[in-house]
Amino acid sequence: MTAAPAFRMPDPLLQVRGLTHRYGPHIGCRDVSFDLYPGEVLGIVGESGSGKTTLLKCVSGQMEPTEGSVEYETRDAGLIDLFRMSEARRRLLMRTDWGIVYQNPRDGLRMRVSAGANVGERLMAIGDRHYGHIRSEAVDWLERVEMDIGRIDDMPHTFSGGMQQRLQIARNLVTKPRLVFMDEPTSGLDVSVQARLLDLVRGLVRTLGIACVIVTHDLGVVRLLSHRLMVMKGGNVVESGLTDQVLDDPQHPYTQLLVSSILPV
Amino acid sequence: MTQFDDTVMLHAQGLSKHFVLHNQGGVKIDVFEKVEFTARQGECVILAGPSGSGKSTLLRSLYANYKPQAGSIYVRHGEAWVDLCAARPFQIMEVRRDTLGYVSQFLRVIPRVATLDLVSEPLIGQGLTEEAARKRAETILARLRIPEALWSLPPSTFSGGEQQRVNIAMTFVQDYPILLLDEPTASLDKDNRETVIALINEAKGRGAAIIGIFHDAEVRAAVGTRSYDVTEARQAA
Amino acid sequence: MADVIDHPSRTAAAETRAATGYNFAYLDEQTKRMIRRAILKGVAVPGYQVPFGSREMPLPYGWGTGGIQVTAAVIGPDDTLKVIDQGADDTTNAVNIRSFFAKTAGVATTEKTVEASVIQTRHRIPETPLSEDQILVYQVPIPEPLRWLEPRETETRKMHALEEYGAMHVSLYEDIAKYGRITKSYNYPVKVNGRYVMSPSPIPKFDNPKMDRMPALQLFGAGREKRIYAVPPYTRVKSLDFEDHPFTIETWDQCCALCGAGDSYLDEVVTDDKGGKMYVCSDSDYCEQRREAGHVGDGGDPAYAARNQIPAGDAPAGDEPAGDEPAGDKQ
Repeated sequence: MTAAPAFRMPDPLLQVRGLTHRYGPHIGCRDVSFDLYPGEVLGIVGESGSGKTTLLKCVSGQMEPTEGSVEYETRDAGLIDLFRMSEARRRLLMRTDWGIVYQNPRDGLRMRVSAGANVGERLMAIGDRHYGHIRSEAVDWLERVEMDIGRIDDMPHTFSGGMQQRLQIARNLVTKPRLVFMDEPTSGLDVSVQARLLDLVRGLVRTLGIACVIVTHDLGVVRLLSHRLMVMKGGNVVESGLTDQVLDDPQHPYTQLLVSSILPV
Repeated sequence: MTQFDDTVMLHAQGLSKHFVLHNQGGVKIDVFEKVEFTARQGECVILAGPSGSGKSTLLRSLYANYKPQAGSIYVRHGEAWVDLCAARPFQIMEVRRDTLGYVSQFLRVIPRVATLDLVSEPLIGQGLTEEAARKRAETILARLRIPEALWSLPPSTFSGGEQQRVNIAMTFVQDYPILLLDEPTASLDKDNRETVIALINEAKGRGAAIIGIFHDAEVRAAVGTRSYDVTEARQAA
Repeated sequence: MADVIDHPSRTAAAETRAATGYNFAYLDEQTKRMIRRAILKGVAVPGYQVPFGSREMPLPYGWGTGGIQVTAAVIGPDDTLKVIDQGADDTTNAVNIRSFFAKTAGVATTEKTVEASVIQTRHRIPETPLSEDQILVYQVPIPEPLRWLEPRETETRKMHALEEYGAMHVSLYEDIAKYGRITKSYNYPVKVNGRYVMSPSPIPKFDNPKMDRMPALQLFGAGREKRIYAVPPYTRVKSLDFEDHPFTIETWDQCCALCGAGDSYLDEVVTDDKGGKMYVCSDSDYCEQRREAGHVGDGGDPAYAARNQIPAGDAPAGDEPAGDEPAGDKQ
């Protein structure tokens, strides 16, 4: 390989370095570093209390870490540390370039306004003042998440859990974000509903090229959706790598235990 | 790795693999050590050795599905060389997308996705239009004798032979420069075996480097250029 | 404290007219200074809600305690006060507040818009255009326009600070989705000076355009919620809307039954037990001024106007004994 050119990497979308978060004396997560590339899906697995949700909150700008940096590749000004930019800018980022899908749809939806308004809100937030356009975008996105258009004016609480999650996804994707965070998006749903939702997410992530960070305790979810995996235990990342490599050839005792604990179907 | 000639597609060196079963008292299972191995354009290297000698483990390591403890796997990826043992996951994903095809022993598919979509998806990922991808998928499925009635169904309910053929279609729908084949003909009847042999030879013909495990002596004879005995590496160690 | 003693509100003239036992205009001078500071801040940042230490007043919340405190802080002995409630000067609330200030400040009061220097209002802006030397004081029940959407005060303040107003349009969107048009008819949100979204208090949206570039100073007081905000003279006030569903005001098929006005906000008045009703000006002073000037309505009988071919909205004077109608019962 005499003069072979080096492999060119794209610029990472998200750069996390030495991220530590403490709750008083208690450690939430410790010294986590990773890069996330455009279109890449990163799964974070671990049992409850492993620090995965703390990590997600820190890297998604919802909580400032005790130490470390989270840099995001902004469209206009390159990599900027989330917690050094103004709050106005961070919040703008969160409702345009990012999406956050919560475990509980109540945290991610406005329960007192219709499905259509839930989807349209982000458009109105970035200055869309044309009702007809907002409406047609809402229709389009409800269709893309396979919801019944006839229910566009219904309140979220009249929908099933799976439909609420779909609505949450549509609400987030309407501004064509480049990065979406998902916190246990399928837990609390029936298995069959879960499966359909996973198919939907997988399809959207593939066709739209969205980068994704998914926190879950379900190895099946990451096997299906994520390219890359981080295994957390007690606030530390104990193993990370290609999803199939980590699941098929786990190195760390805890990952081996986790993988061997899956009940065969 | 500085003097590879233009025909080298994949080169493994100093490759060692063992498993440590932490939850079973830390048992260590040695598989192979210091494997040195080259695959060139247009050849089909057959991994030889008795069952349990680590052929599949080596093949999976070459796909970066298993993680070797030491060594390097250099892969010619377009104009560049990538060491799969040192590459970042993102790079490995790209190498797998464009360069490295792998047919596993068992079909591991995404549940609930239609066969035709499964086969055409990787092409769309490479930038083909949906229609063009679909056409190519249909061609390969037809060639592997998957009844058209099954194309719209997910393969999880198919017979073992059908599943294996879908598995082959998913890889051969693309012209990968390097192919890793783990018993691709194991559960196939004669006609389909012939088809797979033809596919492999066509791939050789267009210059692909192929590394495979084949139990069937007939298939070995039909596709093999040379063989590499996996037990050598262990004996040498 | 010298400035307190020297303040014009402590002049001997006022002392003589006001009831004894109270400070001028009821509130103590310290409180008034605090309120004035809030007002000044509000004027400096149009539409921004300034917190203030709202005091206990001798009437319950919801009866205009915020407006009264603002009025008490700005009124001087030479001012003339007008108080309106639902547009009328003769409703219980209006009468009481007027007499409250007549008693505690000894100021002159009036029912005529043009004579007043300070106008305290609930639910209406007078039809007669206001001038630079007037102050309009609004009584505000819920000052936060974002409250329906976001219950957390910390969050709404942040939304204002960062100009995150997209959610305001959500309620307008909901109206159009459900009814085909924006149905919100009062307390219709506005954007002030291109910056802060503000609740105009529960005035009909009919009055919203009057706020835009109004020559008079507009002050808003919310007693229970402890907020003061302001729109300085000649400030832009724009009602929120969509490009394809622009803001419009209410219109009526009728004119005022008493004065024939076709340009004023009309109240529906039930006239008997058999479903009889008529429409009259909500602004009682405006209606009276017009009648004094000789304008007459159709007395609630459109057929009359049609029969006599009176141009709708301005019947000739003297043809109809409109004054006998129970125009006072508009509450």
